[in-house]
Amino acid sequence: MRLLTGNDLKTGAVIWWTGRDWSVHVEDAADAGEHGEAILAAEEGARRVNGGYMIDAIDTTQGPRPAHIKDRIRARGPTVRPDLNLKPADPAAGDWVI
Amino acid sequence: MYKYDQYDQAMVDARVEDFRDQVRRRIAGDMNDDQFKPLRLKNGLYLQLHAYMLRVAIPYGTLNSRQLRKLAEIARKYDRGYGHFTTRQNLQYHWIKLEDAPDILAELATVEMHAIQTSGESIRNISADQYAGAAADEICDPRPWAELLRQATSFHPEFSYLPRKFKICVISSPADRAALRWHDCALRIVRNEAGEEGFEVYAGGGMGRTPFIAYKIRDFCPAAQIFSYIQAILRVWNLHARRDNIHKQRMKILVHDLGEEEFRRQVEEAFQHFLTLDTDFPQAEYDRIAAYFTPPPFETGLPDDIDRSDPDFALWVDQQVIAHKTPGYAIANISLKPIGGIGGDATAEQMEVVADLAERYSFDDVRVTHAQNLVLPHVRKQDLYAVWQALHEAGLADANLDLVTDVIACPGLDYCTLANARSIPVAQKIQRRFAEMERQLDLGELKIKISGCINACGHHHAGHIGILGVDRKGTENYQLLLGGSGAEDTTQAKITGPGFDEDGVVDAVERAIERYRELRDPGERFIDTYRRVGLDAFKEAIYG
Ligand code: SF4
Repeated sequence: MRLLTGNDLKTGAVIWWTGRDWSVHVEDAADAGEHGEAILAAEEGARRVNGGYMIDAIDTTQGPRPAHIKDRIRARGPTVRPDLNLKPADPAAGDWVI
Repeated sequence: MYKYDQYDQAMVDARVEDFRDQVRRRIAGDMNDDQFKPLRLKNGLYLQLHAYMLRVAIPYGTLNSRQLRKLAEIARKYDRGYGHFTTRQNLQYHWIKLEDAPDILAELATVEMHAIQTSGESIRNISADQYAGAAADEICDPRPWAELLRQATSFHPEFSYLPRKFKICVISSPADRAALRWHDCALRIVRNEAGEEGFEVYAGGGMGRTPFIAYKIRDFCPAAQIFSYIQAILRVWNLHARRDNIHKQRMKILVHDLGEEEFRRQVEEAFQHFLTLDTDFPQAEYDRIAAYFTPPPFETGLPDDIDRSDPDFALWVDQQVIAHKTPGYAIANISLKPIGGIGGDATAEQMEVVADLAERYSFDDVRVTHAQNLVLPHVRKQDLYAVWQALHEAGLADANLDLVTDVIACPGLDYCTLANARSIPVAQKIQRRFAEMERQLDLGELKIKISGCINACGHHHAGHIGILGVDRKGTENYQLLLGGSGAEDTTQAKITGPGFDEDGVVDAVERAIERYRELRDPGERFIDTYRRVGLDAFKEAIYG
């Protein structure tokens, strides 16, 4: 599957295209299929995303997982600071990153 | 230290307001990202993996306690409670919001700090010996020169659109603690036979994709003519740089392409031209700046001995404390390399502890080192125990300066958008492997430096052992290098052979170190043994 990601313009937070909107949780990401470029152009124009790009991902029962390690780290946060993750209370939250 | 006059303050304040307006326009949609990006970079604001990153300039690595407390306050208020000290003696915040950036810059301006020229194609923060003004072996304090050059080159029109970034370093001792010859332009203050002060000038160094060690372009440039000489170097580069190819824009490439002799000839020609323009620093201006760096009022008649009855303290003294030029005083290094921690990171609370100690025990003076540690440069020997106790309580009393666990590591793939691989976890695994103090002391000076990509922010080319993260078909892989140095015996490390995975490279480091233990002569450091026996003797051990 193909995901759209980028950073929130004001906060810089990593965000994922959900099909309608943007979420900070990769689990909410939707397959952008063939329409990625067009969606990105519109969303960047509307300043809802900054530095957007498309990535390959794998669909799993827990939700989409980016194919490349860089985007898995973006999805979760620095591997060396699990306390700063989006889900620091979940010890298994990052098991899929490395 | 230097204090802003009304011009400095007005310039920095105006710059903050310019940027505030630029951010407002970007958020309002009056500018697109292509228009805005160069503007934010000129203010040290990058977009990294998880957020914006702000790089704050710490000129020649010198801070006072007020500034360090402000850095702590910003970490707490706008970031996530910590900052990262870099190999350019700067500080980076990794979790900045664009909408907060103008307020942060305004807060920095209240303590005479900024983020100007910490990015982009400009003359970057000028680095210097972290022991400046304190080192027993220095000719003079190099910082007045660094400050003069900082002022002369900031916002200078000819240097505002350089082909690429340009890094300058100034030291004034025979020992090199600042990786001098890895800079584009490096200055060592020396005295000639007549006893006059001047500069040994080096040009064309740099790490990155194509590493070069700077060569000595001039044995002696009179101090009064140094700005002409530096302008001449920049003029030749500016005229001939390969602006068409991003990988060939750094000055080191031009020096290499022209050849040292031809580059020198052209610089000398341009130098003669600049001498006629009368742009050098007048003596009165040097004196004005130097007055800010007059030595603090050191006491005389202080005891020179240290009570070593506490063995942990004695170990810390042996490892972290360096001779000071003034009797009764010492230079105290503060490790930011706890075993298994993140090298160069300091929490807001730790910054405040160091600020308090500086104010109380070190004439309000703190230094940042390119090895990502801190320094209290002027501590009375009789106060060292109290300093150590406070550091100990703050988790800052590791005794590993220049040892195998004092690893330099760039932020790597945990934070950096350009990275191929993570650096910090490798550093942590090496630290844990060699954590035992007896083993560290047995190995002695051993500098390990790790970069997450070819840009070499972690100085892997200059590591006795260097590690470079590469991307091998989407997975992290690490090349091992041996034999580099960033000291007065500068050398470039060589790649040993095929790369390793994360655990594999830690094992390979250990095999190289064990080979050193087998081969070393009494008193030899790792780098000495490597130089004596050569790479092959190590390769055998690493690859079997
Ligand atoms: S060396 Fe590469 S990965 Fe490391 S901080 Fe520099 S650019 Fe980023």
